[in-house]
Amino acid sequence: MAVVVAVCLAILAVAALLCVARLLMAETVADRVVALDLLLGVIVTGIATAAVATRSGELLALLVVTSLLAFVATVTVARFVERRGL
Amino acid sequence: MTAVLDVAVAVLLIAGALLSLTAAVGLHRLPDVFCRMHAASKPATLGLLVVLLAAALALGDLRSATKLALVAILQFLTNPVGGHMVGRAAWRAQDAGAESS
Repeated sequence: MAVVVAVCLAILAVAALLCVARLLMAETVADRVVALDLLLGVIVTGIATAAVATRSGELLALLVVTSLLAFVATVTVARFVERRGL
Repeated sequence: MTAVLDVAVAVLLIAGALLSLTAAVGLHRLPDVFCRMHAASKPATLGLLVVLLAAALALGDLRSATKLALVAILQFLTNPVGGHMVGRAAWRAQDAGAESS
């Protein structure tokens, strides 16, 4: 199981790096928001994988908080973009 | 029984990680914001749900399963709303740019 978790975390790390690359190369703010949203989604997936690795429920509260944070961040920046017309 | 459970958890974890990677690759391969939103939202949500299911199977108690179900329900409620707002903002910004140029 440890090998599977390590492989999964490696795949998720590649996905997160691709998101960060997109975040840095994006031309518009909307593009960045999409990349940031996906980055937080990948982070939530990684935390769930870590919860499987540790076999304890301690990380699950963090999971709820992070997924809500992703939503609030996306909506805030989307409203900002809409108001400013970026 | 526990071996079957372990194999199921491993398969679900790998599938979830690969779905997340698919979403990240789609972010680079597709041409504009709306296509990228399409690529980023669906595989990532399915990947997260699959990994949450794996965690529920691995942890195996009701308390953890309730929290994981809460995360899944929150994802289903918040993802379409967030996607809609980003899409609308991007669409209006694109319109404003087309008018000014």
